[in-house]
Amino acid sequence: MTLAEPTYPDDLRYHDQHDWTRIEGDVATFGITWYAQDSLGEVVFYDPPEPGAAVDKDQTYAEVESVKAVSDVIAPMSGEIVEVNEALVDAPEKINEDPYGEGWLVKVKLSHPDESEQLLSAAEYRNLLEKT
Amino acid sequence: MRTPLYEKHLELGAKMVDFAGWEMPVMYEGIREEHSAVRTHAGMFDVSHMGEVEVEGPGALDFLQRVLSNDVAKVGLGGAQYSCLCDEDGGVLDDLFLYRLGGDRYLIVTNSANHGSDLEWLGRWSHGFDVAVRDVADRYAMLAVQGPHARRIVVGALGIELPARMHAAAARIGGRPAIVCGTGYTGEDGVELLLDPEVAPPIWAELLDAGVVPCGLGARDTLRLEACFHLHGQDLTPERNPIEAGLGWCCAEETGFVGSDVVAAAHRGGTAERLAPFRIEGEGIPRQGNPVLVGGEEVGVVTSGTFSPSLEAGIGMAYLRADLAEPGAEVEIDVRGKHRAARIASKPLYQRKG
Repeated sequence: MTLAEPTYPDDLRYHDQHDWTRIEGDVATFGITWYAQDSLGEVVFYDPPEPGAAVDKDQTYAEVESVKAVSDVIAPMSGEIVEVNEALVDAPEKINEDPYGEGWLVKVKLSHPDESEQLLSAAEYRNLLEKT
Repeated sequence: MRTPLYEKHLELGAKMVDFAGWEMPVMYEGIREEHSAVRTHAGMFDVSHMGEVEVEGPGALDFLQRVLSNDVAKVGLGGAQYSCLCDEDGGVLDDLFLYRLGGDRYLIVTNSANHGSDLEWLGRWSHGFDVAVRDVADRYAMLAVQGPHARRIVVGALGIELPARMHAAAARIGGRPAIVCGTGYTGEDGVELLLDPEVAPPIWAELLDAGVVPCGLGARDTLRLEACFHLHGQDLTPERNPIEAGLGWCCAEETGFVGSDVVAAAHRGGTAERLAPFRIEGEGIPRQGNPVLVGGEEVGVVTSGTFSPSLEAGIGMAYLRADLAEPGAEVEIDVRGKHRAARIASKPLYQRKG
């Protein structure tokens, strides 16, 4: 069960390594994009970071693993983990089923909110995918 | 390279990957669904990338006894047999199925990555035998139909009789000569069809209409690993002999096959390491190349690892110190720095129902 069609909501900011962020004040939610989950196939394992851990923009902060491959998840912005999606530990398939909703990975208190300017809009991210 | 079914895969929206130079489907809808279809119903795999070699002539039996590890004399007309192709040091150059199609006519199915080197090897060793070794890979498309309902559906859709397990028979499929083999690589019952490439697409379509689920290389790997079937290039290599790999059962050293001295010595004296299946206890998915640890000391390496959809756990095979390669032994797998508890299991990791 996955979203059949590519979807990239306009209210999110995107990292070119196929990650999204939803910024609400100084806290942002991170996840992986439709394209990332589709490339991976069915996710069977999510290895989250610990709350309190620091994440740096463009660096790995978690792993998602499908039947066939493991993938490092890249942080689109920097900050401190304030919450991880514990529900994914038992139901990692939510990353496929609802990558922008129930499949969110972590919430981060942003240390450099201005980093969002370096991220892509939905339109820019769609253009990037068309080129690849 | 593309198989005759390439367009069919694209029509179904398959994800394609490069496999030994072939553009092959890795999955269609999803590895789990495809895996489950084979375990509970029927799935089909395009395995046309695999190679075929025909060996024919009065010296065919003597030649095959010389190059293949198993006792080829035991293969009756219409019989099938699994064998290793060993080098002089007992290293495994390939593992393959042999089918006896006629009195002195045999067909070998090779792994695609090894097809060229196998041909060269067979050609070299055929000198002095009254035998012809022919590359017939272009003559066949190959379709594996596997699962508890596979036979029933194939019979209904194609209107042919099927040989028993581990047997092969000539047939006409799509109006063309074909070979039907009661073999597979999934741990389920089923058949493998060697078809005229021209009729492969319509036969594929007929089986699809009959409810057979198309399956990619992803599910092929999870299924074969649950069944503890080796994959050459990972679990079998020229650096390992069949005894280490747990394939002593397909080695008849008394036939004097190439490498049999080394294999016999390994059989008698044992080997320092052995290949063993294992299951992760708890979280973690082992992957090829992960170190195997006991008490922090490295005792082996994972050669195949995946997530088992049937067992809902990480599984794999590893070469490890022979004294640890016993069912029940507790080890740890170093999965990218995290030490995951695992237990050596007996074969197969998944036992087919019924």
